[in-house]
Amino acid sequence: MTDNTIDVGQIVLDFSYLVSAILFVIGLKLLSKPESAKRGNLYAATGMVLAMITTLFLHKDIQGNSIPLTNVLVIVLVISIGTVLGAVIARKIKMTAMPQLVSFYNATGGAASALVALMEFSNPDNSSILVTLLGLVIGSIAFSGSMIAYGKLDGWIKDWLSPAMKYVNLFMLVLVTAVVVYLMIAADPLISSSVLIYILFIISLLYGIFFVMPIGGADMPVVISLLNSFTGIAAAMAGFIYKNQAMILGGILVGAAGTILTILMCRAMNRSLLNVIIGAFGGGGAVAGNREIGIIKEISLSDASILLNYAQKVVIIPGYGLAAAQAQHVCSELDALLTERGVEVKYAIHPVAGRMPGHMNVLLAEADVPYEKLVEMDDINPQMPGIDVAIVIGANDVVNPAAIDDPSGPIYGMPIINAHEAKNIIVMKRGMGKGYAAIENYLFYGDKTRMLFGNAKDSLQKLVAEIKNL
Amino acid sequence: MEQILIYFSENKEAIFIIVLSIFLGIEVISHVPSVLHTPLMSGANAISGVIIIGGIILLGHADLTEWSLEFFLGILAVLFGTLNVAGGFVVTDRMLEMFRKKRK
Repeated sequence: MTDNTIDVGQIVLDFSYLVSAILFVIGLKLLSKPESAKRGNLYAATGMVLAMITTLFLHKDIQGNSIPLTNVLVIVLVISIGTVLGAVIARKIKMTAMPQLVSFYNATGGAASALVALMEFSNPDNSSILVTLLGLVIGSIAFSGSMIAYGKLDGWIKDWLSPAMKYVNLFMLVLVTAVVVYLMIAADPLISSSVLIYILFIISLLYGIFFVMPIGGADMPVVISLLNSFTGIAAAMAGFIYKNQAMILGGILVGAAGTILTILMCRAMNRSLLNVIIGAFGGGGAVAGNREIGIIKEISLSDASILLNYAQKVVIIPGYGLAAAQAQHVCSELDALLTERGVEVKYAIHPVAGRMPGHMNVLLAEADVPYEKLVEMDDINPQMPGIDVAIVIGANDVVNPAAIDDPSGPIYGMPIINAHEAKNIIVMKRGMGKGYAAIENYLFYGDKTRMLFGNAKDSLQKLVAEIKNL
Repeated sequence: MEQILIYFSENKEAIFIIVLSIFLGIEVISHVPSVLHTPLMSGANAISGVIIIGGIILLGHADLTEWSLEFFLGILAVLFGTLNVAGGFVVTDRMLEMFRKKRK
């Protein structure tokens, strides 16, 4: 090929990457508005399919060879299997298992990035060793970390907290850095480091496990969002290896978006990212001695139903307990019943309620609650004193007034939903267990607070039956 | 130091794209309502499946005449990438479906 011949295939390929990149950006932009979100998702998917097809048929390696037909067939076969598998799982799975599924797909993306980087490391044409190593490390962490997050959300992995964890993690991080630096300076990476690269792969996988293991509860949305941004960055690193603009842009776009979302979550808890990663909530303070805690007062179902039936404004504050008890449908039923009786019902959504960003929104949407009824924390708080009844369902730390008035407490400064300002508060809880932060919740002992113990779903069902009889 | 400068000038286009994409990502995402946090994260997650392109390139130019590690890992990379892309977009679509149906 001489300089003055035009390689039409290459131009079409590059142009298709440009179109894909544009579709990614527009797709993501549309995804951030409720009205256009579905279209945005479709745009991004179109961009992806376009890039996949053109790459398959038009990509040439450095020697100018196209992808041979056998390879094309193998790839098409693998992609078909993956598409059917991915789409079927995504369609069939229960809506409540959505958080873990998102985590699982994030893990597969991380794994793909790690594998690509692993293979490209020994490619003599690859001049970007540092980027390759970063892709390997970040992709591996995203993979194993997301798998652990998946296990936790699915309930078969428990939080594993140990004071030593902090040092183990720090040690692993130093080790990863050391190996990367060594591989960078090693004179001939091809000979001296083929074993080392696999060791780096394994250490990174282990680091991902240890890194997510101690994190739980309200910190889960933060770490999931962070892992999501890792996958994006890992994909961008691989794009750097191939000088592929669509990959770089797509990956970095996700990386930046994930980071922003992570920061938003952290801000919602008034903690720094570092604090979330290394220092899980201390718990230490048990019951702060400097404060009268009063006594717990229960409410009967009939009293609760009367209170709700004759209220004018009711706010429901859902937490992870609602998801755990699968009570979203009954909750929506209660809402519909009360609305029918002329009660104004709204939902107050704390940014970190649940186990992933926006968990409560998805859960309630599944139960047909119109999203206009879901009010964000900052908008509902000023209205709180005018609310007749606030129903707290399976939420704990996000309504704990200690965040406002107990400077010695571990959650001091975290923005909360001011449930305590409502005229009456009904708290639905299974027992007197503590929230993730493992501290007393003064809200439960307040004068205006009544407890309704039991599984949220059972309690709500009984409540609905009771109100129907009024 | 010299190496860094050479590296920069060799890869300046890629570095430009990275830096500008960061700003773009931040700009596109800020002010997103919390209602959409999950679908947005899930949609972004599907976009990060763009690594599939890398998988296709890798497996595309791999020697398939004999069973090698490259062959095997390449297949895994493409499979994982596809799962990420297909699963990610379908899950996002399903989530958004729920938001839409009650806006009648």
